[in-house]
Amino acid sequence: MCLAIPGKIINSQISNGVRIGRVQFGGITRETCLDFVPEAIVGDYVIVHVGFAISRVDREEAERSYAVLESLGLLKDELASDLEGSELSE
Amino acid sequence: MKYLDEYRNETIARGLVAELARRATRPWVLMEICGGQTHTLMRYGIDEMLPPGIELVHGPGCPVCVTSLETIDKAIEIASIPGVTFISYGDMLRVPGSHTDLFHVKAQGADIRIVYSPTEALKFARANPNRNVVFFAVGFETTAPANAMAVWQAKREGLTNFSMLASHVLVPPAIRALLGSPRNRVQGFIGPGHVCTVMGYHEYEELVREFHVPIVVGGFEPLDLLQAILMLVSQLEERRAEVENQYVRSVTYEGNLVAQRVLTEVFESCDRKWRGIGAIPQSGLSFRAEYAQFDADRLFGTEELTADEPAECISAEVLQGLKKPTDCAAFGTRCNPQKPLGAPMVSSEGACAAYYRYRRHTVGSH
Repeated sequence: MCLAIPGKIINSQISNGVRIGRVQFGGITRETCLDFVPEAIVGDYVIVHVGFAISRVDREEAERSYAVLESLGLLKDELASDLEGSELSE
Repeated sequence: MKYLDEYRNETIARGLVAELARRATRPWVLMEICGGQTHTLMRYGIDEMLPPGIELVHGPGCPVCVTSLETIDKAIEIASIPGVTFISYGDMLRVPGSHTDLFHVKAQGADIRIVYSPTEALKFARANPNRNVVFFAVGFETTAPANAMAVWQAKREGLTNFSMLASHVLVPPAIRALLGSPRNRVQGFIGPGHVCTVMGYHEYEELVREFHVPIVVGGFEPLDLLQAILMLVSQLEERRAEVENQYVRSVTYEGNLVAQRVLTEVFESCDRKWRGIGAIPQSGLSFRAEYAQFDADRLFGTEELTADEPAECISAEVLQGLKKPTDCAAFGTRCNPQKPLGAPMVSSEGACAAYYRYRRHTVGSH
């Protein structure tokens, strides 16, 4: 399964030789293995799949790429509605 | 929820669609690999939002759907043995085997349990040393490291009552098989975002070089998919064929090296039969010799089991993007989620299940 969702690390500890953390997804908190993301700390967001964090969300990359999305999406929409709203033709 | 909700912004979505309409000057056929991506496309009606020339065909990225019929039959055989606790993800329970499925076997008294993580199966094995615990390990490269970790831990702790019936499949060989087929119409691929989170995307470069087909690694939310489609169309319009990454908040070129190390510690690549598609060389994972004691297929002697597919199910063609679920004569009638004829109707990532859930009203209108 490739279903994975982002969650926030609330705490972390070692248990049975493995780094485990409580990760919060909206209103739910789940025990998650953090061994694949040694660089992730409490407060970081991680992508979790079958109870294992597989990546740490790169905050800067996410912000940068989202800004690109917004510029692609919002500007075009404004332009479109400007043209539609105009009473003039030709 | 952060990193989720903002990727469902409708205004930006419509803006991306408008930009797509501006850039596409001719029809293009694209394929999204992952079942999770198929579901998002269907759920948010993205396929219906796209400009008329852009066609999306659905790929084989549903590990439940491509698990061979033999493997389901093996699971049923092992789960039926007294003393065995057979532990699986929920999806696998309703996948039809040759004669029955795990759900019915469970209803008849077999000890079959559902978990959301291999860690839970391991915990059960530790707590119940008198039970012979077998975990049904199905998945792509995304899931393999988690399964490898569970086996690695079991070995470290000296557990003797834990094994896995493993059926892992790899994406790049599947893309190669699709591109090599004479019936292929796909001109660009949305790559698997979570598979690439683990594996990186360097493996796709040789495919792009060899077949001159662009691949954009995409995420799973509506804006991710729309942006990936926009990037693909831009490449196609400009006659470029490169590997690009849309899902930058999770995917890097090298991928997750720690996860890859755990994966290669326990598993090695092997030939694998994909349900519907057939055998694809070096497209699966099997246990390395040092971990053979955890291979349930070997332990329970099910290695030689074979099976034949039922006639009416067209999942083979659906999984290769050659037919849509609604092209199937049995869709929604003789085949539905409660009584499926094939795996794509069962799995939460299956194309047929997605169509059944979000697109049933279109049956009969084409």
